[in-house]
Amino acid sequence: MNDLAGNQTVIEIVYLVASALFILSLRWMSSPSTARRGVRAGELGMLLAIAGTLLHHGIVDYKWIVIALVLGTGIGIPLGRVQMTAVPQRTALSHAFGACCVTLVGTAEFYLRTPNVAPFMMAVLSMEVILGSLTFTGSLMAAGKLQEILPQPPLTYRGQNVVNLSLLGVSIALAAYLVRHPGASHLFPLMAGIPLVFGILMVIPIGGADMPTVISLLNSYAGLSAAAMGFVLDSKLLIIAARWTALPA
Amino acid sequence: MSSSLINGLFIFMLAGFIGFEVIRRVSPLLHTPLMSLTNALDAIAVVGAILIVGEHKSTLSTVLGVVAIIAATSNVVGGFLITDRMLRMFKTSRPTKP
Repeated sequence: MNDLAGNQTVIEIVYLVASALFILSLRWMSSPSTARRGVRAGELGMLLAIAGTLLHHGIVDYKWIVIALVLGTGIGIPLGRVQMTAVPQRTALSHAFGACCVTLVGTAEFYLRTPNVAPFMMAVLSMEVILGSLTFTGSLMAAGKLQEILPQPPLTYRGQNVVNLSLLGVSIALAAYLVRHPGASHLFPLMAGIPLVFGILMVIPIGGADMPTVISLLNSYAGLSAAAMGFVLDSKLLIIAARWTALPA
Repeated sequence: MSSSLINGLFIFMLAGFIGFEVIRRVSPLLHTPLMSLTNALDAIAVVGAILIVGEHKSTLSTVLGVVAIIAATSNVVGGFLITDRMLRMFKTSRPTKP
């Protein structure tokens, strides 16, 4: 027991240092002369955070973690080497990935915890999953439009806003129901699925030229949803890092 | 409300102010690299995914977690790489400016 507690202290201290490095990273980004140092600080902070997490005593199986980390790195390297002209698409795509991660973690957390989810926790979890889902498909749509895989011109039809908002409304109503009855796990896929459709419908009426605005909006959604995840996992590091992502927008 | 929740809210509020103050000073020139850097930092969500996979509580949670780690790691790696590349371009093009 003592040993475990000691381990936990080490992890928290590592997270503390990582948080400080993240602050410095953004701080150094403010001027071109120190900006690259900022990137280094960010990288170091990220490495520390991941290494610290691997020390966690609850982790019993490393095999899949390592496989997933390697696969992710394999996908990340080509994404870091795209043409500079393709940066907007890449940014949109990475929002989609980030949102995907947060949504999946939220979903996993829900199924692990149901039916014993405290009301506040369930509300935060719902927010995480709803924002994450709509950011995921919305960002994919935005990336598709920017890459010109999808038609660029805006597609509008009568009653579009009514349809979109009522979809979102249904999802929020389901979330509210789940807050009261967290055992109703059959409703969860519906709550998480509707925002996926909403994300697509939200971006359809927007033309290619307005995409940057959409992307920064989706960026802030992704940040908020990750901050929500920080609350669910009780991780200060996550709350801090995610909170900033919501800001530049 | 539990005390850890209150702590979380305090941190959320403080981080908001720090973030705002720090980012406000970033010159508009650097907004694009800043965006990709925060993107990489946002992928700190990988920490949560690692815990879920490592705890191996159910098949569903492990599968979801593995996909989540892959998605987040690709953001970390890709985000840092591209930010660095942008900044390198910056450095080489700077001396030509008056």
